[in-house]
Amino acid sequence: MADETPILKIHGLTVETIQGNTIVDHIDIDLKRGEVLGLIGESGAGKSTIGLAAMTYARAGCRITGGTIEIDGTDVRLLDAAGRRDVRGRRIAYIAQSAAAAFNPAQRIIDQVCEGPVVHGLMSRHEAEAWAIELFRSLDLPKPETFGRKYPHQSSGGQLQRAMAAMAMSCRPDILVLDEPTTALDVTTQIEVLILLKHLIREYRTAALYITHDLAVVAQVADRIKVLRHGRQVEEGATDAVLHHPRESYTSRLVAVRAAAASERVSLDTLGEETILSVEATTAAYGPLTVVNRVSLDIRHGETVAVVGESGSGKSTLARIITGLLPPSDGRIRFKGRVLSKSLADRSREDKRIIQLVYQIPDVALNPRQAVGEIIGRPVHFYFGKSGQQVTARVKELLRLVELPEDYVSRMPMQLSGGQKQRICIARALAANPELVILDEPTSALDPLVAEEILKLLKRLQAELGLAYMFITHDLDVVRRIAHRTAVMLKGQFVAFDSTDRIFAGPHHPYTEQLINAVPVMRTDWLESVLALRAKGG
Amino acid sequence: MKIFGHKPPFTAWLGMTIVTVNLLVALFGPLLTPYGESQSAGGTWDPPSVAMWLGADQIGRDILTRLIYGARMTIGVALVTTVLSFLMGITTGFLAAVLGGWVDQLLSRLVDIILSIPLLIFALIILGVFGPTIPVLILTIAFLDSTRVFRLARALAMNLSVLEFVEAARLRGEGIWWIMRREILPNASAPLFSEFGLRFCFNFLFVAALSFLGLGIQPPYADWGGMVKDNAAAISFGIFAPIWPALAISLMTVGVNLVVDWLLSIEARPSGAQAEL
Repeated sequence: MADETPILKIHGLTVETIQGNTIVDHIDIDLKRGEVLGLIGESGAGKSTIGLAAMTYARAGCRITGGTIEIDGTDVRLLDAAGRRDVRGRRIAYIAQSAAAAFNPAQRIIDQVCEGPVVHGLMSRHEAEAWAIELFRSLDLPKPETFGRKYPHQSSGGQLQRAMAAMAMSCRPDILVLDEPTTALDVTTQIEVLILLKHLIREYRTAALYITHDLAVVAQVADRIKVLRHGRQVEEGATDAVLHHPRESYTSRLVAVRAAAASERVSLDTLGEETILSVEATTAAYGPLTVVNRVSLDIRHGETVAVVGESGSGKSTLARIITGLLPPSDGRIRFKGRVLSKSLADRSREDKRIIQLVYQIPDVALNPRQAVGEIIGRPVHFYFGKSGQQVTARVKELLRLVELPEDYVSRMPMQLSGGQKQRICIARALAANPELVILDEPTSALDPLVAEEILKLLKRLQAELGLAYMFITHDLDVVRRIAHRTAVMLKGQFVAFDSTDRIFAGPHHPYTEQLINAVPVMRTDWLESVLALRAKGG
Repeated sequence: MKIFGHKPPFTAWLGMTIVTVNLLVALFGPLLTPYGESQSAGGTWDPPSVAMWLGADQIGRDILTRLIYGARMTIGVALVTTVLSFLMGITTGFLAAVLGGWVDQLLSRLVDIILSIPLLIFALIILGVFGPTIPVLILTIAFLDSTRVFRLARALAMNLSVLEFVEAARLRGEGIWWIMRREILPNASAPLFSEFGLRFCFNFLFVAALSFLGLGIQPPYADWGGMVKDNAAAISFGIFAPIWPALAISLMTVGVNLVVDWLLSIEARPSGAQAEL
């Protein structure tokens, strides 16, 4: 079905930083019309750099230093700035990961979608608007005729991501570069956007580079997969072949992580009897907006309770209530039977110590100007009054506990990888000898293999130290593997709270059902089966 | 050669040279000058000669000597003023951002009120009431200038205090001083440092302007703004006397700005490079 001559032909592409480090090393890409190539790899693998280089663009500090980039037979690297500008948007267009950050917040959506075709002289403003509305319609945006009159902040993340797809398609480009277009979305929204993107690519026979770190997502859209690591190609092949018969060990490990998730379970035998935290019919609001509505929850000694739900469901707010950052308007929080003060300011130092919080994004959870030794050492000094040698000894012990070398004491956060930063965050929480650790999506900002390691660490720590976890996440695979009990949250309320096995076994609340079905499965026909299921259902 | 791990461009070197020379002159001035600060060694507006390289001023004092002493006074006053204004501005600005609520409202509205009155008029009134002594001059300018620093410090701290590492410190139960000093200040220091250069320039010009109006540094002390004023009449006779202090003022301003520009550019692009277009 595809034409035989490639529309995009990249040969020997090399990108280096101005310091001379190679980020992308001799990558070849052949892309035919109507074909989708998935680029997959962990962060730092050079996926996005390749995507941008396909448009002969390199980020600040980087240079394309070698190779040819031919779009429809023309080497765009030989063009001058004006020539390249002419190619971008018209022949090749880009869809970024965060649509919210890619739109100009001060302009209406329609103005931004129409800009491309008008500037390139392909359409008059009037024609461009008509075409934009047609695109909005095919992307299933609400009220396509008037949708464009909104400003970016007036639409949701999923809608913006689709509007950006419309913007990319506005010049009817031959090639689309999709840079993690669904990563920032909730599972339930992700599936909608995936379906529409796939439909769009098929309808207009656009060639596409689909960049992602999620194998299950790429399985749904890509014809072929190219696995990258450290800027080099690990392997390339048809999607089915790579997923089911990976040739390289790195690919096998990537596949295995997903597969392990499907089989692993937690046992309920090791659970203690003592309830340490109980949240009783608690309600909290931001101004007039009730975010958490009469939620009750209890966590036992050594237990992991997962709280799942999409963004805006109130999961993180619940964590803020328990820690005292957001005083509830109603309800009570008890710790081992003792009622905790509602606001942080009224809690004793001891009450602050027993509950610790680990954040989603370790980059902003660590002060970039403090060394690891100070970050972990401060709670040791603050809560236990230790100083000097005692603090150093304890910091080293904590580093060993989170499986980092002792000499990391003097490192700055900038010198650590994402996974190492998260380990430091965990060590900081452990430094307080807490009884309950609230984990707010601790693995969702990490690469799959790194996230896997962190999950193992958390499980080990729980077994060794008898910690209780409240694990906030939107990833049901993780829930299945780590949580003894699971609460499903929707619009500030628990729609289900039961042992994890029973939650997954059903019978389900319709929303739980929807969440479980929206988790991509690593099969190429999963999206189709979901669509079929939906068609049957209604 | 690298400074702070970055290679300064030519303009930055030029700026740093100008600033360093000026600071050295200000520090070691009295050792360099052949005459006293207010010693009359020639006639009115004597032309440049071997004995007086830049000529004499309106009462026969050596202009070069006065320039060197002036550097001491003008730069010294501006520096002390800026340091004071930053101490006040950063403390209040951080407090407003970290505490929020009524503290923020109170401080911010107060600053708004002060900002709504033209700076020069405000300064003239205070100096008129309390008399133009050097301590009053320094305190007045520092107070007025700290309102500008407050604005910046508050904005920076607002952005930082919502970050999770600050929240983590609050959750731990850290006090307000710890949060301001250890969590926020180190992360706000780069923009504050470059603002320091800009505010220093501004204060330096403000001192010069006040002296030019006669309410700044008083005779017999030499200062550049005052020297321009004292010798202003000479310009109508085609004599260069007021040009030298004016040049010194502009040179110092340009020098500091060149350094600050470079510092700001490092901050704006950490990689020190532009995208390939």
